[in-house]
Amino acid sequence: MAVATKPPALRRPNAGKVGDVPRKLGASTIMWLLAVVYGFPGLWFLLSSFKPAGDLFSYPLTMFPKHWTVSGYTQAWTQFDVARYFLNTLMVATAATALTIVASAAAGYALAMYRNWWLKIFAVCILATTMLPAETILAPLFVVVRDLGLYNSLSGVVVPAVITATGTFMFRQFFVTVPNDLLEAARIDGASELKTFLRIMLPLARPIILTLAIFSFQWRWNDYLWPLIILNDPKQFTLQIGVASIVGAQNVNWSVLLGASVLSMLPLIAIYLVFQKYVMNADLNAGLKD
Amino acid sequence: MVALTRRKLNHYTAAPLLMISINLVLFLLFFVWPAVIGLNYSFTSYTGVGTAPYVGLANYQRLVDDPAFYASLLRTLIYTGSVVPLTFVASLGTAYLLVSPYTKGKSVARVIFFLPWLISPIIAGVIWRWIFGENFGLVNFVITELGGKALPWQSNANLSLLVVIIAATWTNTAFNMLLFIAALKNVPTAYYEAADLDGAGSWQKFRRITLPAIAPTSFIVVLLSTLHTMKEYGLIVAVNAGGPGTENNLIVQYIYNTGFKRAQIGYASAASFVLLLILMVIAVVQLLAGRRKGS
Repeated sequence: MAVATKPPALRRPNAGKVGDVPRKLGASTIMWLLAVVYGFPGLWFLLSSFKPAGDLFSYPLTMFPKHWTVSGYTQAWTQFDVARYFLNTLMVATAATALTIVASAAAGYALAMYRNWWLKIFAVCILATTMLPAETILAPLFVVVRDLGLYNSLSGVVVPAVITATGTFMFRQFFVTVPNDLLEAARIDGASELKTFLRIMLPLARPIILTLAIFSFQWRWNDYLWPLIILNDPKQFTLQIGVASIVGAQNVNWSVLLGASVLSMLPLIAIYLVFQKYVMNADLNAGLKD
Repeated sequence: MVALTRRKLNHYTAAPLLMISINLVLFLLFFVWPAVIGLNYSFTSYTGVGTAPYVGLANYQRLVDDPAFYASLLRTLIYTGSVVPLTFVASLGTAYLLVSPYTKGKSVARVIFFLPWLISPIIAGVIWRWIFGENFGLVNFVITELGGKALPWQSNANLSLLVVIIAATWTNTAFNMLLFIAALKNVPTAYYEAADLDGAGSWQKFRRITLPAIAPTSFIVVLLSTLHTMKEYGLIVAVNAGGPGTENNLIVQYIYNTGFKRAQIGYASAASFVLLLILMVIAVVQLLAGRRKGS
């Protein structure tokens, strides 16, 4: 996409002159060396996962498996409850993402379109949540969730994660740019505020919805600490807890660990490759992350 | 005109209140309530069940005298102090190369740089643990092949922390790179054209034009990375479980261990508040520094 929408820096007049060849070569070489450094660990991990358990530790190590096998994957799928963990993680990530979008879009819209004094205070409160991450109130947050009867349930993982400053402000930034005339016109036509929001404004925010959906799905899919605290029953475990439990074992079964790890990454990589442009072009100067 | 519309908008109360209701309820339930009872617990010896006997400032006094707390705090500061600068350089460097007119194959390279963002801290930890395995890892294999001696990546505390630092830099680069790409694309071309006319070199252009122009983004990257790195947990667990022993237990792991493994909710709450205080001090200091630079 960087190539398609030429950044201003690309339009410099002297770019493309003959004297630039060494610079092009130099810059490209550095970039590709870095790309190898960044890409190699994942590639090595992926290739290792296709090695038979016996070959994993036998020196000399080889880049490619001598005998390709998927036994690590089948073992992970049968011995270790990957299917169940997948389903749990999918439920958590999907539910949290749907709720996050609803809550963030509505709150972001209110912050952008209305000028009540208490909305300003509310905006500060939402911003403060980035300063007060769950990690700093771990123990009391656990007590609250337990007292609400959500301990050891997937909803206990989902509900506290729904509120996000990033999402709320992504929508706020977007709705601020929507011309006021649109809102005025809807009002003159006699549409209720809520109807205007749902029927006119929300469809406009489709790109933001998709961007936040991908971000939120990634956050929740990869969450570890909070699910670990809330979920006690192995039947409820998410993938991250499951994988961490293999790592935490006395003797790490690397064959199963490699297979399970690669499997756990597949959904996010698939989603990313399909919706790439919504991530890479995300207007992130709201500058917040979870 | 604008003022008039704004006054008109002011008439609405029910609609905006309804729209913020979900976030408002969640904020009260999962931020205000825990913060209040957490502060309360930090003055008690609550264990999670039964009563919460009031102990005054005993938890905080114990914390001041607890060498394990200091050790984890010091380790966290070393870790943050290494990861944040490395992440900054790596993400700015990759972003700069990805918007440079001189590089070829940007669209593929960008995907490669970005993929680690998709990988969870746990899996990222596993990936690097696999590479730095003491008896089976690729790194030690290469070292021994080159005639060196295998290094104790797991059993030496400093080397072990180094592995975590590398892993953290690798995973944190992608998101910050996105922020930098957006910022670099917004630097006005005219500045570079003027500098070209004056015969400025590329390093000079980078220092005198690029860096000042992206300063607000740099500030956000440093602030967010610091806050994020200070509360690292999953990555450490996956690389070496905070080991060897407890030598690389960072602050969140310390809180988790005292609060949940040893059920000392009161004591863990006190430690949490100290962490909160540190995060707030860091944020305020950085905000002030950023403001001074900006003025």
